[in-house]
Amino acid sequence: MLQNTTYIILADDDEDDRAFFADAFKDLKLATKINLMEDGIRLMNHLNDEQNELPHIIFLDLNMPKKSGMECLKEIKNNNRLAGIAIAIYSTSASDEDVEETFVQGANIYIKKPNDFKTLKNLLEDVVTINWQYHTSNLNRDNFLLKM
Amino acid sequence: MTNLYLHFDFQLVCKLVVEKILHDNDVSYTMSRFGELQIMSKIDDDKFEHIGKMLLSNGIFIVENQKSIVIEKIKDVINTMIFSDERLTVKSSIYLAQKMNTSYSQLSTLFSEITYTSIENYIILQKIEYVKQLLNTTDLSLTEIAYKLNYSSVAHLSSQFKKTTGLTPSAFQRIINKRRKIN
Repeated sequence: MLQNTTYIILADDDEDDRAFFADAFKDLKLATKINLMEDGIRLMNHLNDEQNELPHIIFLDLNMPKKSGMECLKEIKNNNRLAGIAIAIYSTSASDEDVEETFVQGANIYIKKPNDFKTLKNLLEDVVTINWQYHTSNLNRDNFLLKM
Repeated sequence: MTNLYLHFDFQLVCKLVVEKILHDNDVSYTMSRFGELQIMSKIDDDKFEHIGKMLLSNGIFIVENQKSIVIEKIKDVINTMIFSDERLTVKSSIYLAQKMNTSYSQLSTLFSEITYTSIENYIILQKIEYVKQLLNTTDLSLTEIAYKLNYSSVAHLSSQFKKTTGLTPSAFQRIINKRRKIN
């Protein structure tokens, strides 16, 4: 049978943003499992360890020290084992160039971090629900582009 | 190096895979509608399990839950409705109720419960997916696509596309073209 829980990893160096993110999933109808990472290096080490379960979606902050979200995105998309994972960019900026460049590099979703918690919750619920549709309704993942 | 862009006839591919697996296991069957099989041969538990595994390794699940079966049927009716080039003469809610022989409100409640989205949203999502596919694999203009998919105007299609994906159809097309150049 189809697996019902969506496994999500967030890589973000901002502690508050990580906490908000985890809280936002608490009341969601869809079952989710959340794993939080503090930076890009930890994320890539985790993903590259074949013992670890692969997530359905990775949320990537663009501006992280040591290894940026863009660097992680490129590494993920150039790795056959990881390339199929849906990537959501989760950033404070939403310049047209950033948005387009990350999509071209293989991101599926671009979210500008909202200022209030309620908007964040709604956004994340939409993202997980649409991702779920891509899983369960034979949609073509290569065409999955969503900007919020 | 040459790049090939493939367009899949999804239903045909699936039918051929199922046909091969069942044929290899000497099972005779008919496919009454897409995704629904009537098995004529006797199958014991071991064989059933074996066939289930073969199907699964090809990405095909046997649906066993009654509610999920109804959902798959609703999705199938919707997809056929969108992807066939026939123009609907009735509202999609009436069409669905007729095809499924159940009231729309019942279908709608069940659909939302199991899939976490409404039938209306699912239809929009599938239509926009079809638009994306046509933009990527054909030379049809947006005007032609709007007509083909029964939109009242190009503006209506564009705004629904933007609302669903956050991108305009031309931005979407530009991104996909740039991706192809990198790969």
